[in-house]
Amino acid sequence: MKKMTGAQILWECLVREGVTTVFGYPGGTILPAYDALLDFPSIHHVLVRHEQGAAHMADGYARVSGKVGVAVATSGPGATNLVTGIATAMMDSVPTVFITGQVGSKLLGSDAFQEADITGITVPITKHNSLVTDVKDLARTLREAFCIARSGRPGPVLVDICKDVQQAKTDFEWPETVFLPGRKVLPPVKLEKLKAVAELIAEAERPLILAGHGVIESGASAALMALAERTGTPVTLTLLGLGGFPRSHPLCLGMMGMHGEAFANKAIQEADLLLAFGMRFDDRVTGNLKTYAPKSKKVHVEIDGSEVGKNVAVDVAIINDLRTVLEALLPLVSDKKHEAWLEEIGHGQGETRSRDIQHEPHEDRLLAPHVINDIWRATSGGAVVVSDVGQHQMFEAQYYPHEKPRTLLTSGGLGTMGFALPAAIGAKMARPDAEVWVIAGDGGFQMTQAELSTLMQEKLDIKIAVINNGFLGMVRQWQEFFYDKRYAATPILSPDFTMIAAAHGMDAHRVTKREEVIPTVQKVRGSGRPALIDFRVVAEESVYPMVPAGADLHEMIRRPKRRHPSEVPA
Amino acid sequence: MRHTLVARVQDQPGVLHRIISLFRRRAFNVDSLTVGGSEEPGISRMTIVVETDRVPAYLVEANLRKLVPVIEVRDVTHISTVSRDLALIRVKCGATERSEINDLISIFRGKIVDVAADSVIVEVTGDVKKVDGLVDLLRPRGVLEMVRTGKVAMVRGAEAPDDSEEELAVGWRH
Repeated sequence: MKKMTGAQILWECLVREGVTTVFGYPGGTILPAYDALLDFPSIHHVLVRHEQGAAHMADGYARVSGKVGVAVATSGPGATNLVTGIATAMMDSVPTVFITGQVGSKLLGSDAFQEADITGITVPITKHNSLVTDVKDLARTLREAFCIARSGRPGPVLVDICKDVQQAKTDFEWPETVFLPGRKVLPPVKLEKLKAVAELIAEAERPLILAGHGVIESGASAALMALAERTGTPVTLTLLGLGGFPRSHPLCLGMMGMHGEAFANKAIQEADLLLAFGMRFDDRVTGNLKTYAPKSKKVHVEIDGSEVGKNVAVDVAIINDLRTVLEALLPLVSDKKHEAWLEEIGHGQGETRSRDIQHEPHEDRLLAPHVINDIWRATSGGAVVVSDVGQHQMFEAQYYPHEKPRTLLTSGGLGTMGFALPAAIGAKMARPDAEVWVIAGDGGFQMTQAELSTLMQEKLDIKIAVINNGFLGMVRQWQEFFYDKRYAATPILSPDFTMIAAAHGMDAHRVTKREEVIPTVQKVRGSGRPALIDFRVVAEESVYPMVPAGADLHEMIRRPKRRHPSEVPA
Repeated sequence: MRHTLVARVQDQPGVLHRIISLFRRRAFNVDSLTVGGSEEPGISRMTIVVETDRVPAYLVEANLRKLVPVIEVRDVTHISTVSRDLALIRVKCGATERSEINDLISIFRGKIVDVAADSVIVEVTGDVKKVDGLVDLLRPRGVLEMVRTGKVAMVRGAEAPDDSEEELAVGWRH
């Protein structure tokens, strides 16, 4: 057997797990690992500018590819800087492994230089974590980490490795199998459960599918479409579910929830059967639980048992892999059509079109939804879009229709501002062939703007749209609606983003008029070089419709009507 | 109401921290938690009594199951179990009262395990209610100090099959 140092074992294990890219930042306690990295040329290391960036890059890499994303940091501040990124990955079930250096095992607990109890800190925001104090445990711990990150409901796993463990030598043995006695093996799907669901589907007159991130994670898009089409059931999606079912499909109602389509939310309230697939009834999609979907029976198919019955009482629970369940369910359902139900929903869709900001004359102003819709047009809807958090994120969800899974990456659960730029870098590393667009607000972009240097160092062709309104827009909107327009701390002064981009050697453009949007987007698309476009949009625009936090789902604040429905093209 | 959960967990560093962190973060209300060895080396056994007015016991169980070192969790509240709590109680007691106390605690199968000039330590084992009963009786005499282990429980006879998670998850009214 071959003697190897802990540092060598680390990289050897990563190579065997299929890792080709890691995102990280060196420092004292992880130095032995970095030293050994030079002997593993198959692993490309991306040097970030802040460890939070590394965490989001690993996250973006994983979301776009479905593979495990890996970030590396040193102990103490390096490790604590990862925390926001780890929590982001946890909330959105992203398979990631975080490797941190730790002070020597003899120094543990002594408040040594750059010591932080990162395993203690990350207990509530990781699926699992481990502190390795003996080199003999290292290979097994890493193997388990990848297995845990990928399996079941995916999530982040952190492995904290003491410096002396990285330096110590041992016989390297790759554990072929992983033994975790507490690991939940998914049972076969019970036929009687499937029959019960099929029966509910057969009886329903107003069924509706609520599709979430689980559709994408389990690769269930094709099975979902087959089921929706066969049973004539419309589909509405959560933010993280977008792309799991094509937006252009006649049965697709778009996004549900706080800034979802009014007709989708109304359909939820009026449905007699809700089929919740791979989603968790988050407060942003349910509104007031007491008045949520009162007329429906509810079927919940979800891989994580602790999400079932948590917020909404269900009638049939299937705790299993969504794709497996849907594929087994398909042969049990028969063809159905729900013309009256779809017509009723269709009225709502027509009514919504009459309020659509697309019909708002823009004159000399630039409106954020127009910008995003024009980016969609100019990219033929084919880009991987990485959005940040706030108004532009909701406009993106509404006005950049996604057709395929893994084409929208966004921080849904944690709502992490500053996510977009680093996550896009991770996404571009995983899919160099993809057209990757960052859509960010002026506030969030500045949180992780330093990663522009990383982007340039890696020579990545990423396009950045800054939706610049001079406000922390979503917070301003809440202040407008709920705090009497008292704009406390929301006006934000930004640097000239075109100069920031230029200082990094990127192409940069400023757009202030609608007619310039598509030509400018086309220009940067053809350049083959990274570019930033500073879109100076109207300052006080709001995202409609809106269900105020905790309000009834059908009590939405609507955009004022622009035109009579009959004047609006379908 | 109170639910009693029995968990088998891998005996490894941090496992108790994970469980406590989960309970704190989800605002599950723990009444008592005991941890100790089991029949199998490397596996610890926990008995957890939780207040389930706010969250259904099923959710406590389901969240515990998600922790990697947790091997098995079972809600034994509605199953016939043997359950025990052990208490050591220091009671104020002069030389003349000792026999009286002894008579009283013998009804509860308790015993005096230490004697001092003005106090005794009483040991009692039984289900939680029985121990509560003795403590109530001793209080007027002056309970100077008390320690209780918290409940431990074991299912009687042959183990009944577990309810499936999917059945437990259905029908919770919020």
